Amino acid sequence: MSFQRMHILIPMDEEAIQNGALEVKRRLKKELFKHGVEDEVKVLETGPVGISGRGVVLIVYPDRVYYYNVTPKDTKCIVEQHILKGKVCESVENSIDGEGRKNVVDYENIGLTREQPRVVLDKCCIVNTFDIEEVIARGGYAALEKILEEKISPEQVIEEIKKSGLRGRGGAGFPTGLKWEFTRKAEGDEKFVICNADEGEPGTYKDRLILEGDPHKLLEAMIIAGYAVGAKKGYIYIRGEYQLSIDRINRAIQDAKKFSLLGENILETGLNFDIEVKKGAGAYVCGEETALIESLEGKRGQPRIKPPYPVTHGLWQKPTVVNNVETLANVPAIILNGADWYRTLGTEKSPGTKVFTVLGDVEYPGLIEVEMGTPLREIINAYGGGVKNGKKFKAALVGGAAGVFLSDKLLDVKMDFENLKEHMAVLGSGAILVMNEDVSIVEMLFSILKFFAHESCGQCSPCRIGTRQLLEIIYRIKTGEGEEGDLEKMRHIAETMRNLSLCPLGQSVIMPVASAINNFKEDFLEKINKKNNKEVLYA
Amino acid sequence: MDNARFHIPDNEEYRALKKFIEEHRNTPGPLIQVLHKAQSIFGYLPPEVQKFVSSELNVPLSEIYGVVTFYNFFRTEPIGKHVINVCTGTACHVKGSKVVLEALCKELGVEVGGTTEDKFYTISTARCFGACGLAPVMVIDEEVFGRLSPQKAINIIKDFKKAEEN
Repeated sequence: MSFQRMHILIPMDEEAIQNGALEVKRRLKKELFKHGVEDEVKVLETGPVGISGRGVVLIVYPDRVYYYNVTPKDTKCIVEQHILKGKVCESVENSIDGEGRKNVVDYENIGLTREQPRVVLDKCCIVNTFDIEEVIARGGYAALEKILEEKISPEQVIEEIKKSGLRGRGGAGFPTGLKWEFTRKAEGDEKFVICNADEGEPGTYKDRLILEGDPHKLLEAMIIAGYAVGAKKGYIYIRGEYQLSIDRINRAIQDAKKFSLLGENILETGLNFDIEVKKGAGAYVCGEETALIESLEGKRGQPRIKPPYPVTHGLWQKPTVVNNVETLANVPAIILNGADWYRTLGTEKSPGTKVFTVLGDVEYPGLIEVEMGTPLREIINAYGGGVKNGKKFKAALVGGAAGVFLSDKLLDVKMDFENLKEHMAVLGSGAILVMNEDVSIVEMLFSILKFFAHESCGQCSPCRIGTRQLLEIIYRIKTGEGEEGDLEKMRHIAETMRNLSLCPLGQSVIMPVASAINNFKEDFLEKINKKNNKEVLYA
Repeated sequence: MDNARFHIPDNEEYRALKKFIEEHRNTPGPLIQVLHKAQSIFGYLPPEVQKFVSSELNVPLSEIYGVVTFYNFFRTEPIGKHVINVCTGTACHVKGSKVVLEALCKELGVEVGGTTEDKFYTISTARCFGACGLAPVMVIDEEVFGRLSPQKAINIIKDFKKAEEN
């Protein structure tokens, strides 16, 4: 292997490809070749970096300079100035958004490039995901090796995960170690591990970053989970829209098999574990674990009545562990560094880090990983760069469609399971949608309720009928036909749904409804009263 | 359903589907994967294809129809050569996906879910492609187009068609 004095990373995701990253890469290589430095500088294609809305991003190491909005033409300047002379190239044209923003960020302290305690995303956009040797050199599969080499028993693995306090990152926050223990203790000749990658929460793409940026970490974690619970087979259920993720995971599975890290007789220890990718077909409700299992079995994705839980009666009625992508991605680091280390991050009851998708009217939209318990204000201002164009903050929708609207009074809430619960809020998928003063909460709630009415699977009546009625009422309010008492009606319906629906889809509609009405009542009353005033006028 | 009502032709498409089914027959729960394959071959899932899958997999037709109609991804109507999916997810909604969708429908002269007269485009909506940083977004087949304005979206579908005709 030749020595390289510099690395240029090109994060490759759909956004980058659309903005011409492939052409930038080609031109960059050509420029390097032209100046005879192609052996000194390595150009690496990596997974997504988590920066949105900044076109093609290039990162030059070891200087850690980020170039935004790079065009093929800019590669000349970058090579001639930066690579040859060591000067940061300031003249890169702002080609995408044309807002005159400076597009060279010197060090990692602004917006999303600010330093983050990356546990889950530590390898995202630093390694070439297509090169398994490089992944291994960077610590990939080290946790699995540790377990097999030091002969750590499955019980000890589960104990370590329990001690770490890791909780499910899919929304409910159930302790992962307990889930594994229940599955291990459940009776059955065959057990399964399922990775829930049916990331359908609008405004979230954290799992996508892991699937595309560090697929091997997910495979490693699933093998460890399989070892711990006694399963020989794992499934990754990926939504059909994520074709790029499906391709990359499949590629990673092939590579891992070649290196005897997956399949039969893993690392010649007699351990067997195989992973198969299953493509979803577009149904939000399949994110619910029993609906996902039904879908995996090739049926309509309708949730099952619980109990029994999947840990005893899951796929084909056999004990099954279902974990979210992000949850699993925490596992290797815990095994390697120990539960005590993991507990130094985050809070007492919610240890570790959390990946958030910060979107909407912020300066730097994208993905960040921060410690649990980081205040919302810090996430929006320090990482997201504050509200775009100097507008006033109005609301943040936290947790996705099944999330809550928080007003500026709640900006100091700490983002972890307990603190959010106190405010009737949830972490959910980790989506944070920031809205400025121009956004109408009534419109937003309409959009959300339309979504739920469409995605309700129709199995249980409270959800099927309730979502429809809520949509009708909000439509009435939105179009200026709202009536007095409509808000109470909405709350009543949503509460009934919370108490009587079969699965979290119907149960959680109360959250956006109640939080919107509680925190932004004026928005609704304004619409409703306008109509009443009109009537008085015409009377 | 009466078998005689469906004529299953012995052509390349059905042979390709049959081959896939043979390969996956013994894997547990193959139905959804088989339907994915069938739709990629035929473009949609007409009754005769569902019937074919039913008899090949030995699954009741009612169950197959139930699955097909449950998932957004499966279609029972023929579609145009290319499918435009406009994202109406929360992030795109905030950024004005509605006006983009309306402009495209007007330009193509069809409703959402409809197919143009020349069978070139079908326009549909979807919820979040996980490309929220590009909002508002549309996807033509599998290619993502982002940061749309109504005019930009119209230009894209015009250019896309022109590129294919040349």
